[in-house]
Amino acid sequence: MATSPKIIVDHLSVNYRDVQALRNVNLTVRPGKMVGIFGPNGAGKSTLIKAMLGLMPVVTGRVTYGDDTLAHQLDRVAYVPQRSQIDWTFPATVWDVVMMGRVKKTGWFNRFSASSRQLATAALERVGMLEFRDRPIGALSGGQQQRVFLARALAQEAEIFCFDEPFVGVDQKTETVLFNIFRELAQAGKIVMVINHDLGESITNFDQLILLNKELIAAGPRDWVLTRDNMTRAYGGHVGFFGHVA
Amino acid sequence: MSLELAVLDWFFEPLQFAFMQRSLAVAIMVGIICSVVGSYLMVQRLALLGDAISHSVLPGLAIAFLLGVNIFVGAFIAGVISTVIIGWIHTRSPIKEDAAMGIVFSAFFALGITLITTIQKDNKIDLNHFLFGNILGVTVGDVRDTAIIAALVLMAVFLLYKELLFYSFDPLGAQAGGLPTGLLNAGLMVLIALTVVASMKVVGVILVLSLLIAPGATAYLLVPRLHQVMLLGAAIGVLSSVSGMYLSYYVNLPSGPAIVMVVSALFALSFLFSPRHGVLVGPRRGRPWQKLRTLLPSKGS
Repeated sequence: MATSPKIIVDHLSVNYRDVQALRNVNLTVRPGKMVGIFGPNGAGKSTLIKAMLGLMPVVTGRVTYGDDTLAHQLDRVAYVPQRSQIDWTFPATVWDVVMMGRVKKTGWFNRFSASSRQLATAALERVGMLEFRDRPIGALSGGQQQRVFLARALAQEAEIFCFDEPFVGVDQKTETVLFNIFRELAQAGKIVMVINHDLGESITNFDQLILLNKELIAAGPRDWVLTRDNMTRAYGGHVGFFGHVA
Repeated sequence: MSLELAVLDWFFEPLQFAFMQRSLAVAIMVGIICSVVGSYLMVQRLALLGDAISHSVLPGLAIAFLLGVNIFVGAFIAGVISTVIIGWIHTRSPIKEDAAMGIVFSAFFALGITLITTIQKDNKIDLNHFLFGNILGVTVGDVRDTAIIAALVLMAVFLLYKELLFYSFDPLGAQAGGLPTGLLNAGLMVLIALTVVASMKVVGVILVLSLLIAPGATAYLLVPRLHQVMLLGAAIGVLSSVSGMYLSYYVNLPSGPAIVMVVSALFALSFLFSPRHGVLVGPRRGRPWQKLRTLLPSKGS
């Protein structure tokens, strides 16, 4: 299997209105690893992903994937926004949402192919939501909604997967499904980036961490990033999770 | 005469007049495209934008009339310009989008009224026809223009359906997946402006919002998927326009307001009795009379 290229973030600075949101971030994201993006509220975690994908303007810096800017290769990206960003009363069924993952690959003016429908069906099966395919999305629990979004991302057949706070308000079963599939994706050589803020037990699921607080505090293997000094710099003095810290 | 014949007679009598044929044709087409395009406004919580665009077409219409250009073209351009200015104010300043809409559409509307009032003194043009519609005055040319616009709008929605569905549900996810969301948004604005322009003669710029929002909202309470909302909404839109026209013919009501009152009544029925979301009969809401009692102010509290 040919290995995917890596993402290189080079001197990235981002402003949100007139306030600096991220300052001079340099990092490399490699395929095959589960990468967790951590930091306190307002640390710029979502901003980092959005800026990397070119969804918001950057002040300086460049983000490349292989030979080209990542923002030029968005058809290789599956992005799952925070659940709170979505209007769940929208008139759509589970099936409608998963098929959205096939829109770009299907192309303008074309109808969905049989293979697209197979991919969507397989994706729903994988997240355990196939029996709900005709349900309106508003009739699902938070965890089920998140699994539908994961199925949409799987149906996109992307190389780069970005999840923004996928564990907020989900049940234990969904959390297990999400981590299992993230792991499978990473093992299949994909790039998997997950924004999270829960510093509990689940942090051990990640191979690599990116620790942010308006600038890059540290990035690299989990045990290497999780030092007392790094955590204090990211979260300030009041942190109660030193059980995991090297 | 048997009852059936009486009903048929009642139905066909207005159709012997050419002006009624033309107005019904336009009313049906407008009923369809308003419901389809308006569904996008509703699901994106942009109902106010429909109002903004419809009020903003007036100055373009007046200027086109002065220049001797097709007034549909002028109205369309003004509608599009208003959305561009709204977007510009909203992105380049801390002003929120709804405030930007309020500022822009009232400014355009005021300019339009001023221009039309000034020119209507010397010309055969009536401000009231644009504000409240003048469907009985539609010409063969109007029917043709409306048909062209309706065909364009429906074709665009059909061809771009899957992209517009993704974009209107999850704009960030669509953009991150490589869809040109700026272009899709602009396309949607153009569709709305075209629809508003086609609807001017039927209900006028003030009441067109009702035809844009109410049929889709009525359908939304009854069916769960966007294309179903559009199809059922179109049926509701057509039913409303046609019954509004007949009301107007037989009871001598102004036709635009008659259409709007019918569609509003249909919404009210759906709101109260929809099996999925009805206030009185919706799921897990007990029996209708129990529900009715909970709506009334309770005694002694």
